[in-house]
Amino acid sequence: MSDLDDLYQEVILDHQRHPRNFVRLPNANHQAEGNNPLCGDHVTVYLDIDQGLIRNISFQGEGCAIAKASASMMTSAVKGKTVAEASEIFKDFHQMVMGGKDPCFDLESLGKLAAFSGVSAFPMRVKCASLAWHTLNAAMQQPGAVVGEIAKEDPK
Amino acid sequence: MMANRRPNGHAALSSRLDVERVRHDFPALLQKSHGFPLVYLDNAATTQKPNLVLDRIRQSYIDECANIHRGVYQLAERATAAHDAARDKVRAFLGADKPSEIVFVRGATEGINLVAQTYGRQHVGPGDQVLITAMEHHSNLVPWQMLCQERGATLEVAPIDECGDLIWSEFEKRLGRRTKIVAFTYVSNALGTVNPAEAMIEAAHRHGAVAVVDGAQAVPHREIDVKELDCDFLVFSGHKLYGPTGIGVLYGKERLLCAMPPWQGGGDMIASVTFEKTTYADPPARFEAGTPDISGAIALGAAIDYVESIGLGAIERYENDLMVYAEAALEKLPGVRLIGRPKQRAAVVSFMLDDIHPHDLGTILDRYGIAIRAGHHCAQPTMKHFGVPGTARVSLAFYNKTDEIDTLVSRLQEAQKMFRP
Repeated sequence: MSDLDDLYQEVILDHQRHPRNFVRLPNANHQAEGNNPLCGDHVTVYLDIDQGLIRNISFQGEGCAIAKASASMMTSAVKGKTVAEASEIFKDFHQMVMGGKDPCFDLESLGKLAAFSGVSAFPMRVKCASLAWHTLNAAMQQPGAVVGEIAKEDPK
Repeated sequence: MMANRRPNGHAALSSRLDVERVRHDFPALLQKSHGFPLVYLDNAATTQKPNLVLDRIRQSYIDECANIHRGVYQLAERATAAHDAARDKVRAFLGADKPSEIVFVRGATEGINLVAQTYGRQHVGPGDQVLITAMEHHSNLVPWQMLCQERGATLEVAPIDECGDLIWSEFEKRLGRRTKIVAFTYVSNALGTVNPAEAMIEAAHRHGAVAVVDGAQAVPHREIDVKELDCDFLVFSGHKLYGPTGIGVLYGKERLLCAMPPWQGGGDMIASVTFEKTTYADPPARFEAGTPDISGAIALGAAIDYVESIGLGAIERYENDLMVYAEAALEKLPGVRLIGRPKQRAAVVSFMLDDIHPHDLGTILDRYGIAIRAGHHCAQPTMKHFGVPGTARVSLAFYNKTDEIDTLVSRLQEAQKMFRP
């Protein structure tokens, strides 16, 4: 069952068991809520952005192992990055989980996030991995936002 | 009712239904999924189709491919006759008096919407009440919510207990002079609860309300007689009864259907039309505007033939035995928590395994060829009642067997190993 092992890698299971930055950020100046109405997953992303720099980030919510681990690893990956850098990572991450065919795409550049490359073999689970990222994207763009149905741009 | 264990550990069910034989009627069951024999345990979502139904669809598009109630040529006559025969099959299957009490719709959801938008709009006014239960599928909740919002009425919800059974005293307490409609599911798709339908209908009538029964999960699994039940309306979906998707049934008592306004306008639902005024046709045509799913209705008739050739009594006994076996097997597995322990359970069991999210469980089982449902089962308020985001759900059909339950349990153990720290 190699693709199952690819999906549920140890690093993902670790973040699922012990999610990082899993609190409500009291001094957040940006936040957004993400929902997947089809499966009931929901996540809130809190950001403390100062002059384009993500000083702090956290999340709360409920979801499957993939959704939870993805949110947790996302917070670790973008903390201390600029909004522009975080957007770049989101783009690469999205391409990876969608199974992007770009030959120039460099999986290495994603560091630990490359653990989610196995998701592309599970089209029904792409939304789980990308929910937190879509929510981050919305939170960065405006102080308060709700990400609802994101199913349209992801494969069924 | 009890599952017997053979010395070799494999179980035999006491009921007389040759599962290996019936499995050969379902070509979909012969396929592999991710390299493993398909174990299909999501029958509450939809059922696989027997050859009899598949062949009938093909035949209908060859021998009877014409519109009904219109042409004067032979193909059209055959189509009309086959469509009428299917309606009569449904009538007999449900124990209704007249074919005119059988309205073809797209599925249970459309049937409920039809009743809400016609009977409901006609009879529910400001201050009135519609009573449902806390275990309804969204399809038997949202249409009533929409109706109540539109009419200034209140949607009352009869609560369920920690076992997933209706709390009778609370149900009765919510019935009153203002209750116009009592709508409930006969069998819960999320918990497997079988509701005391006859008593609920009788109570509704005592208060002058009509009873709408969502039979989507009941009709495929037990004998139903609408006259014995004395329900005013009953809906079910063809695709959960081994028939095709896109066809379903609304049964309504003749006197109620006759007094109801049309739902959608168009061809086939009229008696006469001028630019000034249209006279509507009698039921069921009044509620069947436009060209219906002719082939679907005919194939639903074939599905009923198939089910009757096995016998609903035999089906119910077999599925009960298999459910007893499945429930026991799941309960023996440490870490399993059954969601809902109804007094009377149909072929559905919901559970949680350790703290593994149902979607992860669904994905892992899928990779071993096992199809279960993971999620909120379109019953979010019910999930909230049990404090879970969703459940893993196993729902059985008469073509499932004990080996498949054993396979499920052993794969669940593998999932546990995978997630154990």
